[in-house]
Amino acid sequence: MVKSVADARAGPRCRGPQRAPGAATIAVFATLALTGCSGGVLQPGGPIGAADSKMLLDAVGIMSAIVVPTIVAAIIFAWWFRASNARARYRPDFVYSGRLEIIVWSIPILVIMFLGGVIWIGSHELDPYTPIASHTKPTEVQVVALDWKWLFIYPAQRIASVNELVVPSGVPVHFTLTSATVMNSFFVPQLGSMIAAMNGMVTQLYLEADHPGDYYGESAQYSGDGFSGMHFTLRAVSQNAFAQWIAAAKQSGPVLDRNGYFDLLRETQNVRPFTYRSADPTLFEAVATRQLPPGPGPYAGNAGANVRSIGGR
Amino acid sequence: MSATEALRQEHRHAVDPYKLGHGHPYGGGGRDYATGRGEGGPASKRVIVGYGFWIFLLSDIVLFSCLFAAHAVLQTATAGGPTGPQLFNPTSIAIETACLLASSFTCGLSAVAAGARNQLWTQVLLLITGILGLSFLLLEARDFAAMVAAGAGPQRSAFWSSFFAVVGCHGAHVTVGLLWLGTMMAQVFFKGFRPNIMRRLLCFNLFWHVLDIIWVALFTIVYLIGEGR
Amino acid sequence: MLGKLSWNAIPWDQPIPLIAGSVMILVALAVVAWIVVKGHLPYLWHEWITSVDHKRIGVMYVVLGLVMLLRGFIDAVMMRSQQAFAFRAAGYLPPEHYDQVFSAHGTIMIFFAAMPLMIGLMNFAVPLQLGVRDVAFPTLNSTSFWLTATGALLVNLSLVIGEFARTGWLPYPPLSELRYSPGVGVDYYLWALQISGVGTLMTGINFVTTILKIRAPGMSYLRMPMFCWTALAANLLIVAAFPVLTATLGMLILDRYLGFHFFTNSAGGNMMMFINLIWAWGHPEVYILVLPAFGIFSEVISTFSGKPLFGYRSMVAATMFICLVSFMVWLHHFFTMGAGGDVNAVFGIATSIIAVGTGVKIYNWMFTMYGGRIRFTTPMLWSVGFIVTFVIGGMTGVLLAVPPADFQLHNSLFLVAHFHNVIIGGVVFGTFAGLTYWFPKAFGFRLHEGWGKAVFWLSLAGFYITFIPLYAAGLLGMTRRLQHYDLALWRPWVLAAGVGILVYCGALACQLIQLVVSIRRREILRDLTGDPWNGRSLEWSTASPPPPFNYAVLPDVRGEEPYWQIKRRAIETQQLSAEPDYQPIEMPRNSPTGFITAFFCTVTGFALIWHIWWMVGLGLVGAYAVFVWFAWRDREEYVIPAAEVASVDRARRRARAEWLAQDAREEWLAAHPQPGGSA
Repeated sequence: MVKSVADARAGPRCRGPQRAPGAATIAVFATLALTGCSGGVLQPGGPIGAADSKMLLDAVGIMSAIVVPTIVAAIIFAWWFRASNARARYRPDFVYSGRLEIIVWSIPILVIMFLGGVIWIGSHELDPYTPIASHTKPTEVQVVALDWKWLFIYPAQRIASVNELVVPSGVPVHFTLTSATVMNSFFVPQLGSMIAAMNGMVTQLYLEADHPGDYYGESAQYSGDGFSGMHFTLRAVSQNAFAQWIAAAKQSGPVLDRNGYFDLLRETQNVRPFTYRSADPTLFEAVATRQLPPGPGPYAGNAGANVRSIGGR
Repeated sequence: MSATEALRQEHRHAVDPYKLGHGHPYGGGGRDYATGRGEGGPASKRVIVGYGFWIFLLSDIVLFSCLFAAHAVLQTATAGGPTGPQLFNPTSIAIETACLLASSFTCGLSAVAAGARNQLWTQVLLLITGILGLSFLLLEARDFAAMVAAGAGPQRSAFWSSFFAVVGCHGAHVTVGLLWLGTMMAQVFFKGFRPNIMRRLLCFNLFWHVLDIIWVALFTIVYLIGEGR
Repeated sequence: MLGKLSWNAIPWDQPIPLIAGSVMILVALAVVAWIVVKGHLPYLWHEWITSVDHKRIGVMYVVLGLVMLLRGFIDAVMMRSQQAFAFRAAGYLPPEHYDQVFSAHGTIMIFFAAMPLMIGLMNFAVPLQLGVRDVAFPTLNSTSFWLTATGALLVNLSLVIGEFARTGWLPYPPLSELRYSPGVGVDYYLWALQISGVGTLMTGINFVTTILKIRAPGMSYLRMPMFCWTALAANLLIVAAFPVLTATLGMLILDRYLGFHFFTNSAGGNMMMFINLIWAWGHPEVYILVLPAFGIFSEVISTFSGKPLFGYRSMVAATMFICLVSFMVWLHHFFTMGAGGDVNAVFGIATSIIAVGTGVKIYNWMFTMYGGRIRFTTPMLWSVGFIVTFVIGGMTGVLLAVPPADFQLHNSLFLVAHFHNVIIGGVVFGTFAGLTYWFPKAFGFRLHEGWGKAVFWLSLAGFYITFIPLYAAGLLGMTRRLQHYDLALWRPWVLAAGVGILVYCGALACQLIQLVVSIRRREILRDLTGDPWNGRSLEWSTASPPPPFNYAVLPDVRGEEPYWQIKRRAIETQQLSAEPDYQPIEMPRNSPTGFITAFFCTVTGFALIWHIWWMVGLGLVGAYAVFVWFAWRDREEYVIPAAEVASVDRARRRARAEWLAQDAREEWLAAHPQPGGSA
């Protein structure tokens, strides 16, 4: 299943801005340090990821303030009032207390009100369609989810790439996404939010990588037998390196026109990354509006070994 | 409380000081004062059956609501093909509505006849109900055939899929209702107006009237509102 | 002639399903053969298969649920082990098989394990707790059970004939449409669920009517046991939500069978509509599962703390609040589908609000324990384990309700860990608490305590060791449903989860041993009085097992916890109440309607799956014929003569008198010291 030396290495390295965490965040982070240093949602590599994970940790902090004492109290009550404890006072008529009722209803309500504010603000600020504030114009990437690989089209540079997404670091990237077949979900865990990719529809996402590095990307919506092989690498490189990569890509590789696209539509798994030296910039629009037909689905011999649909074609 | 109630209480206390029961035996007998609300004990069979059947009807209304919702979402998904107003036949729809409403009326009359234990009129009115229901179905089938012939079958676009599904689901309910109607007519004929037969007639009446209500909603949402687009 | 069915449908070339299916068939045949050879068939037919007694139907539901829990658990072991092996390797399950395993795991666990277990416990206990003889519609009840069994049968058939769905437990289109799933797998799923869904809807109608219209005299709403309230809420949810499932799956069926375009990729189909509709059912469904469990915990905690439930009215309010709000949160299952900030925020806030209801209940359980004298029997252990575990799961749920957090955790193993946390912590723990609690009532002897505690501790450990690593893996970016993976980062957590499932296997072994040991030692564990736990609600006033008519005379309810009042009075006065005036009792007759209807539905379902149209017609005609034949019967009830009622009830009263004279007397003496010191 190893596609290249780059993929064979252990995965994304420890990257990302070290923001000054609040007290609650520190406490929780310490607890969650189990997850280790490298990679993942708690080691964001860009502003969206950082904001998303900060929101998660803040919510953990708010909830823990209630949850931890509750669990501790439950265990203490159960232990103290065990039948063998002669010191515990048996109060079989303790079945109602107005004061306790008020407290018991208010605590969750207050917590939820607080959390509600966090949710309202966060949902708006971090909606995937919200652009990232920046001096630079975003790099445009069009994403097409196929069975079972990712196609990335760079409309401005008129090239395309399969299963490898190279972007300049420190610059927002604006993704417009669709799917050629079934529902998928574009996700780079360390860089931030995921967004669904659906046939006949266009979704959008803004991400940014602060520093150069390799980031693991995957589909987060199960899409069929080849789903497990549907991961890719997002390589954030300096602006110069990005320009060089574009130039190199234009030197060799097939052409992504309608014919090239129909080749891609066939079901294939575990596709090694490659680039197209030129890409039709109207292709994405054609896929998204279904002028080009969606992928054909399984047929024998084409989607990996032993695939057959019993009772199907 | 009334004198009878007071006497009952006194008697109960003497024989059953810890009030362990002299409650109403389950089911058979049907004491109508026991509605099941708290004090009276289990309700009568008629109440239980009617109540349960209403709950079923409510669940069926939820089912139809989903189909209405789907139709609302897919109102404009005609995929470049024919739209609803182009092919709806207002005359036919009006006659169908008249048939169904009339059948509800005759069904109600049959319930009155059954209440009066009149075998002949019950059967006649149920028969007329059935004929009107069948007319509704035949007209609807003719409409469907016409739409399919004009290239607006359920496979043409999502709009037509949802149309055929919601109207067809109602038609399927009417069909099952007619089957049930036939069975009820046979039962009333062979077994007379026994309590359990009467309970089933009650359920059938509820079913038939609710189908009418659904048709009114369907008529409004699918044909009238759809027509307005 | 036989539609799409051919010899190729049997997976000759796939060893794992072939062996699994063969084992399943052999075990089934062996059981049937044993029953027939030993001459148990008439007993089984008359006393169980055609029974309309809610107690028997409840037991059958539980047996079905436990068997399917086992099958779902085996699927889980396969998934965990495949992932443990498949780091930069293919593992032993090829993708097309692994995909069926996780789809079957989810489908079976939700529809054929958790639902039957909860419905079975409700079936058994609710009429007893309400002080009545049976549910509103006993034959409908039997039909509900057999239709559920039909669904389970169809899902298991897919192992040997054909394949199962490869879409996950909710078949999102377009993946589930014909184009991308041309095989019979999705059809097996659809018809199994449609058929058993009808059964479940009928259960909902039955129990709503029973709880609202059939209660013992004097049992007003606020005198009902808490389990009956949660059963009411769950069944109201069933009545309101299951039609949505029927409609949605029905639309998918129309797409697949008749070429409709509800959710297809072309001609205007809208896949997002499926996701909205299915989760409008899906979220209430999880509350259908967990609310009865909450009710069980209310009963168990109050019984074993020796106190009435704290804040009863508050609990009722919280339950009905949860029931209502569960319909307003469905979008939190797909925040990442791009609905925008406003919509996401509203649903995120609504989801947090529903946590208030659950929080209130947790505190009320804790205050029930406070001031109690807690006996740590097995059911009580499950309850305390539940409180701790469910609170953690609830917390992670509220975390996921924050859309920006969900944007990174949706569909990851963090999500998987969250919902297993609440389902296992809530529903599974509740099932085992309820089973252990009501087992003596159903069968007349208790389950072995020692092995029961072993099951609890191993399950608790197994749960945490399996799922805490999955929380970590999710935070590290691992998505769900992966047949293999390449990131070394995730490896330790996946392996740890693999160890956890082995611990859970230990729990399973202990559970099987507990059953065997308990049955063998049943005379020692015998429940002689009918009240093994010093219970508080009405079911403990009956014998164990109760007679078919439950109560010789329906109890006259004068307050909350009527049985507790009766018991206190009996102990205080050192005598039972006067013998009641026995009357003959009318009970509903047993009927094979449910079983035969389900048989024809199995035929119809199988025929629909394989496109054998003539068989479909046959099945439908047969089902209708059964309905008419049932409607034609003249005698619906049979009478138990007063003498028989009297003799059964007198035996119960003798057992109680003995208990009063011995065990209760000591307690009475302790409370009323006699001058002169003699008994």
